Amino acid sequence: MVDAAQDQVNFVPPAEVEEVELYHPKSWITKYVFSQDAKVIAIQYSFTAIAIGLVALVLSWLMRLQLGFPETFSFIEAEDYYQFITMHGMIMVIYLLTALFLGGFGNYLIPLMLGARDMVFPYVNMLSYWVYLLAVLVLVASFFVPGGPTGAGWTLYPPQAILSGTPGSDGGIILMLVSLALFIVGFTMGGLNYVVTVLQARTRGMTLMRMPLTIWGIFMATVLALLAFPALFVGAVMMTLDRILGTSFFMPAIVQFGEQMEYGGGSPILFQHLFWFFGHPEVYIVALPAFGIVSDLISVHARRHIFGYRLMVWAIVIIGALSFIVWAHHMYVSGMNPWFGFFFATTTLIIAVPTAIKVYNWVLTLWRADIHLTLPMLFALAFIVAFVNGGITGLFLGNVVVDVPLSDTMFVVAHFHMVMGVAPILVIFGAIYHWYPKMTGRMLNVPMGHFHFWVTFLGSYAIFLPLHYLGFLGVPRRYYEMGDTSFIPDSAQDLNAFVSVIALVVGLAQLVFLFNIGWSMVKGKKSGPNPWRATTLEWQTPETPPGHGNFGEALPVVYRWAYAYGLPGAKEDFVPQNLPPDQVMAEGGEDLGAPAAQPAE
Amino acid sequence: MTQSTMTESGPTPSPSALSRPDGMTGFVADWGSDQRAFKNVPWGKAMMWIFLLSDTFIFSCFLLSYMTVRMSTTVPWPNPSEVFALSFGGEPIPLILIAIMTFILISSSGTMAMAVMFGYKRDRKTTAILMIVTALFGASFVGMQAFEWTKLIVDEGVRPWGNPMGAAQFGSTFFMITGFHGFHVSIGVIFLFIVARKVWRGDFDRAVPGFFTSRKGNYEIVEIMGLYWHFVDLVWVFIFAVFYLW
Repeated sequence: MVDAAQDQVNFVPPAEVEEVELYHPKSWITKYVFSQDAKVIAIQYSFTAIAIGLVALVLSWLMRLQLGFPETFSFIEAEDYYQFITMHGMIMVIYLLTALFLGGFGNYLIPLMLGARDMVFPYVNMLSYWVYLLAVLVLVASFFVPGGPTGAGWTLYPPQAILSGTPGSDGGIILMLVSLALFIVGFTMGGLNYVVTVLQARTRGMTLMRMPLTIWGIFMATVLALLAFPALFVGAVMMTLDRILGTSFFMPAIVQFGEQMEYGGGSPILFQHLFWFFGHPEVYIVALPAFGIVSDLISVHARRHIFGYRLMVWAIVIIGALSFIVWAHHMYVSGMNPWFGFFFATTTLIIAVPTAIKVYNWVLTLWRADIHLTLPMLFALAFIVAFVNGGITGLFLGNVVVDVPLSDTMFVVAHFHMVMGVAPILVIFGAIYHWYPKMTGRMLNVPMGHFHFWVTFLGSYAIFLPLHYLGFLGVPRRYYEMGDTSFIPDSAQDLNAFVSVIALVVGLAQLVFLFNIGWSMVKGKKSGPNPWRATTLEWQTPETPPGHGNFGEALPVVYRWAYAYGLPGAKEDFVPQNLPPDQVMAEGGEDLGAPAAQPAE
Repeated sequence: MTQSTMTESGPTPSPSALSRPDGMTGFVADWGSDQRAFKNVPWGKAMMWIFLLSDTFIFSCFLLSYMTVRMSTTVPWPNPSEVFALSFGGEPIPLILIAIMTFILISSSGTMAMAVMFGYKRDRKTTAILMIVTALFGASFVGMQAFEWTKLIVDEGVRPWGNPMGAAQFGSTFFMITGFHGFHVSIGVIFLFIVARKVWRGDFDRAVPGFFTSRKGNYEIVEIMGLYWHFVDLVWVFIFAVFYLW
């Protein structure tokens, strides 16, 4: 690839764009509330996402109480249970994970890691957060309308989603759809910023192939989101019209309570196609930033360059592209043409190839590395284990013949929670432990962190491994209670009770984490600018936490990739991306134009 | 790929002196370089292109959904040539209104393109006038669309949930998709007026910061506006083809 510094010592191309003036806040309100600074917007996004995520956590407790101890809690009716399921899924997938990875980490890390002062259009970026907040408020409002929030399941399949037998079909479903549309509008404003910043606003010397993998993951996920959310938007608009105006986009001729309804001629399966054309890329919208972040965590805390950087980048790109042609593997039992199943099973299994490449490369990065079992590293290692586990059950479900008997059982629940719930959330925790010192200038408390890690990691396994087994027994998902079911042994109920108890414990352990975040902000050990001795630009800022404009007087100039660890003969075991080549070596005599660890052409 | 244009141009080249290879090599060189993947493309223009790509997916989903429900319904589809006919002196002419609307919208793309050219020539008045003409074309398009909607709703009894001529989905998809497109045109008209006013006042000559972007104004904004407008026109061509001619 074109790599100026590699060919010609000390040469970095001159600046192509003159620096644009930043918006300078004049009051407390424009500095911390209606802020145009990506770092503040990132923290606003993160706190909003975590707050609504806690609501979803409580909902999962309520569901587990019902499943573990049926007929014990009289305040959980069947309708409530379906509402809890729906809102838990929707909040976790969209309002927590998508918003936190892209709105939170994206906003914080993209400008800092690329050596930019801010996003390209800070005002639009600010608007993005406020529209997101509005979407969250509309979602929360649906808990308080007559009939409560929708209970259609997070996939909102018509026709049942808008028929009167479904909980929340009065106002809940309308608010849900409006909230989704708002979320998409808000996200688009942010997403355009992230993509253009990555493509057009990097600092001098920061080529695409020198970007940290975190940025590659977030960038590709944003591209996916910009192309996948339109399908959900269209689906939401059409279902809103079906519900409010009585159109029949998704509604076939239907008889309810012995009466022929007004609907007729629509296609319910059309919604499933639209939904999953969004829904499957959504899995990778959550997974790709996690892949990127975990690559960086492993490299920093194992003091070793990432193995196969170029392959990692291309794997991210290929996974992103493939994710658009696998969507109907969610629809094997929908009644679509069986030939589709053949096609989509094939593409689904092909995705395993680049994904496996990534897993091998993480493991090979650890091979004979100087592994420091810091908190971010523990979470990164746990991610690999959880992700492999969830990925392998994905191979079961990707095959039509294996999927059909497993469809709508607890096995599916266990699979997607492992791969899309546990794995990315472990990365989020690892990332917070990793970057918290940069955001606050203080370290998170380690003993509390260890407690949080072990309870979360072992607890997740204690919850989700039994669910795989329950799925094999044929325990269906989304059932309020089993009652007398001949093919399910009584002992399955004991397992369910066990899972519920562990779920409560794991949930409570998150309170320790939240306490740690608050406590360490005041009492935590001072971290200094670069506690992990990392190479990427965000750790090289003159101030910690980074000030307005990120980099003080002059923007950093990048001389090498982000993974220059353990160079032989270098002063330190890490060489920051912006350290001029003549300052790298210990003796000070020899120039190091090309970093030794740069991947081969 | 080790030989880059950057290195060949010496240690202190000026940006304009950076010669770039043509074709595929140049493409790879741009994407392998630092700072910008699209050389000489300003941020706003890159952003508009990516937005339009996203918007393309929205319109594609709408049109594919229209095709799907048209095929899934068992009731006959109304004949567009009859539904969209206008009578002049007792003689119905099929699709006449749509033909006029399409002609107007395509013409507005022409005036927009001229506005962009005069903008880069720093001809403030001509640019502003051409933009206002474009906006008026757009407004008349939306006006005729309102007339068409009124005729369908009041005279022919077409509703989103049903119509006397055939499949209910005819009305549903028609109002939804032309409505969504008309909304795009209306937004475009509003912004055309706003940008034309800025051109007229000379905001772009004095680099006055914009409200939404807080970035310094320049004549590239006229071109960005033009990208959006041409896109809205192009979408109309597809809507016209699959709605009125199918």
